[in-house]
Amino acid sequence: MSQLTDLTAHALAQAIRSGQTTAADATQAYLAAIDARDGAISAYNETFAERALECAGEIDSAVQAGDNLGPLAGVPVAVKDNLATTFGHTTCSSKILADFRAPYAATAIEKLEAAGAVILGKTNMDEFAMGSSTENSSRQPTRNPWDTDRVPGGSSGGSAAAVAGRMCAAALGSDTGGSIRQPAAFCGVTGLKPTYGRVSRYGLVAYGSSLDQIGPMTRSVADAALLTGVIAGGDAKDSTSIHRDVPDYLAEIDTPIENLRIGLPKEFFGEALDGEIAAAIESAAEVYKSLGATVVDVSLPNSRIDVDADGQLSSYAVATYYVVATAEASSNLARYDGVHYGHRTDEKVDDIIALYSKSRAEGFGDEVKRRIMLGTFALSSGYYDAYYNQALKVRRLITNDFETAFESCDVLLCPVTPTTAFNLGEKTDDPLQMYLADVFTISANLSGLPGLTIPAGLSQTGLPIGMQLIGPVFSEETLFRTAAMFEKAADLPRMKPAMIDG
Amino acid sequence: MSESTDTILPVIGLEIHVELHTETKMFCRCRNRFGDPPNTNVCPVCIGMPGVLPVMNGKAVELSMKVGLALDCTVSEFTKWDRKSYYYPDLPKNYQISQYDLPLCEHGKLEVPLPDGSAKEIRVLRAHLEEDAGKNVHDNPGHTGVDLNRAGVPLLEIVSEPDMNSVAEAAAYARAMQRLVRWLGASEANMQMGHMRFEPNINVHITRDGVTYKTPIVEVKNLNSFRALESAIGYEIDRQTGEWQADNGFTMGNHGKQNRGYDDATGQTVYQRSKEEAHDYRYFPDPDLVPVVVSDEWRQRVVGEIGELPLARRLRFTDDLGLSFKEADALTQDAATGDLLDGAVSAGADAKRCANLLLGRGAALANERDCTIAAVGVTARQLTELVSMLARGDINATAAAKIFDKLADSDDTPAAVAEAEGLQAVTDAGQIETWVDEAIAANAQAVEDVRAGGKKFKKAFGFLMGQVMQKSKGAAVPGEVDKLLRQKLGVED
Repeated sequence: MSQLTDLTAHALAQAIRSGQTTAADATQAYLAAIDARDGAISAYNETFAERALECAGEIDSAVQAGDNLGPLAGVPVAVKDNLATTFGHTTCSSKILADFRAPYAATAIEKLEAAGAVILGKTNMDEFAMGSSTENSSRQPTRNPWDTDRVPGGSSGGSAAAVAGRMCAAALGSDTGGSIRQPAAFCGVTGLKPTYGRVSRYGLVAYGSSLDQIGPMTRSVADAALLTGVIAGGDAKDSTSIHRDVPDYLAEIDTPIENLRIGLPKEFFGEALDGEIAAAIESAAEVYKSLGATVVDVSLPNSRIDVDADGQLSSYAVATYYVVATAEASSNLARYDGVHYGHRTDEKVDDIIALYSKSRAEGFGDEVKRRIMLGTFALSSGYYDAYYNQALKVRRLITNDFETAFESCDVLLCPVTPTTAFNLGEKTDDPLQMYLADVFTISANLSGLPGLTIPAGLSQTGLPIGMQLIGPVFSEETLFRTAAMFEKAADLPRMKPAMIDG
Repeated sequence: MSESTDTILPVIGLEIHVELHTETKMFCRCRNRFGDPPNTNVCPVCIGMPGVLPVMNGKAVELSMKVGLALDCTVSEFTKWDRKSYYYPDLPKNYQISQYDLPLCEHGKLEVPLPDGSAKEIRVLRAHLEEDAGKNVHDNPGHTGVDLNRAGVPLLEIVSEPDMNSVAEAAAYARAMQRLVRWLGASEANMQMGHMRFEPNINVHITRDGVTYKTPIVEVKNLNSFRALESAIGYEIDRQTGEWQADNGFTMGNHGKQNRGYDDATGQTVYQRSKEEAHDYRYFPDPDLVPVVVSDEWRQRVVGEIGELPLARRLRFTDDLGLSFKEADALTQDAATGDLLDGAVSAGADAKRCANLLLGRGAALANERDCTIAAVGVTARQLTELVSMLARGDINATAAAKIFDKLADSDDTPAAVAEAEGLQAVTDAGQIETWVDEAIAANAQAVEDVRAGGKKFKKAFGFLMGQVMQKSKGAAVPGEVDKLLRQKLGVED
């Protein structure tokens, strides 16, 4: 029953609940899809076939017994390998955690399973979520199902590829500077970076703690709303989570928003942006106009992208991000030292310093080392004010810009990425070029705002183009409804990679 | 000019680390308890596993507020948590959650009683809250173990201004701080269990020919006893003075600050590192924790819980209860002992008699049992009754002491104990007269000495008193015995 893997999570949950299909069949179908395609894609670091089928069996028994079912009962999902699970490994695609098994589960994982989701496996990522192509994995790069010579984006590239490649019904990713939204755009799926504090970070292996959020990656806006509703909410284990009621995001999702005001941040439509993507966003704006929305130009001056005479891009937001995120990362990753758990060097060492440095030198990849060094430098005595403190000030200014912009519009419509998916190896030798892949997504993390990526079409070469909706804090409901208006009205090609049969 | 005219002024500041007496740790709900087998009070949070998050223990903040308020500090309305980075195996995250630029408490003072009966005010710069590290254990040759039971235990770091000028002042300050934190229930402050650790900053200001020279400041790390504190400071004062006298260029300006360790075996300090080699701790705000906002309401509630502080109580015991300074001081070493006295006095007992019993047998038992006087076990109600029996002459002082000892392990009333032990006072004049007559008959030499008066009188009279008391097994009322003896021997009062 290959069509099972084409159903949205929402449709599949209904089919299971109504007895049209079973959780076991759905799980089998996805496991078969993984067998068939993941050899070419490498989306998964680890799969849990046996456990998944057991969980599916329990759901089917519950269906038979007429028990109350969770909103995701029987829906096979994938989760990024930086979310702690009590089964399998939690590696962050790093050698330093290659054998790490967590004795605790992330709150988002507990909530997923409590809602009945069947976890198929852990997905590949850039090591410790540092990267935009999933090439910084210590295991193997993940490939884009639309073109296996191309990257799926990152760092949640494994989750994006698994969703696009019909190797799960939905997935969880994490987003620190665009790590959900950018791969969602590259792979033609939907992805939400929720408001900071909306989803508990407990059990999400920290990269940049003040920026990290867990979010859904799905094949429809309704699915993103469904998963967000499941994982959102305050958590006593995360002091930075916000205890605020979680609305029923699906209740009004098909009701268009009246008098919707869409803002186009003019700084995001300059030279840095690929022409085809600019055109796709503009035509999306036209779709909204046709639905009765007002489209206004707004300005985010501190998120602007400058291009110098040599064509080099620069952005305050990217610069700020690479100070704040790396500073936090340098501290968050200090714990991987070979003493208490994780990789420890096999070499004979004379003292504890040698144990630390050898274990870390062997355990971390180049990009992780680069960011640890950057962050350590930014926090060093004598440089703190010039870098970290300065970055916090710019962060405030970027946030202020959004607040001003939201005085004249309800949501911002903007690009997700400067280009469509690039080739494997294309940017691996130029870290700065790689960093600029997140130039349109980073500002939402710095400001704590929710950002939603949805497909906006395909390029002439057949690669997905994404568009991004950014709203004020806790405006997820508005974002879903706004996205659903477009999803319904736009005349988009079918977002299904050719490599998948049918 | 010679060394003999130099004036030497030691300048000492003290950092005191106090482990707070909470049920659970600072940022997780593991048990905060000393002495359990290694790594039994641990969880993913205090082990520093990937993806787990700290959650603040509000009780620890409250205890710190108490200490801060008792030290007359400003308790900040807004305070936050910072990460202090350094690599050490007993620090699982390789950063310590601490408070850097916005400590919970700032700018207080502590009045410290000095051995000569005077008092000195020592200013407190700040008191901030942090998590303790674990312990490296070196009991296997060639291996170092790490015990994380202590990792994450709440630790209050109280930093003084450099207001102390002698070993005695520094020791008195440290002891006054120990008494205060115990008083407030903020810490058990047990030195053997590492509840209190000291890091003194010491230098010497030497004035010669009207010019003052300051020796390089030394911070002595991690002192675990009052003895070590006193010995390390004394050693440093001598060493620094000696080094300067050998070379007048030995000054702060030329050398800068250094850290030294203390060797218990030799009583000497040992060079560890200079300022140039100091860690760069790379403090920055901990993004996993939200700032602490202390509302006025919260602060007021904590103020209300503090109650009377040791010095105020001592003053009340001397001024209102008529106790001596020494008695009042001894009875205000901990809160419960003073509470016991207050309980008995408010029930009508005579304060002086209570103090005599508490500081006599009470202190002796406390010493034997290594506990406070209050913890010996005599209740305020028992004390009240015992003291009133004494005041009425129902028992004598010797009997009262014996009864006190029994009451320590008994819920009986003092009257019941007196009866059971046959300790009621013998007031029967006939019986006492018989004992007096026996004593006079049996001790002719003493009788002669008494009658002769002079040098031997006091000793001989005391001997005869003792003989009578012995015959009565301590139950005769001494005043009666004294009176009868004098009558029989024809000596004046």
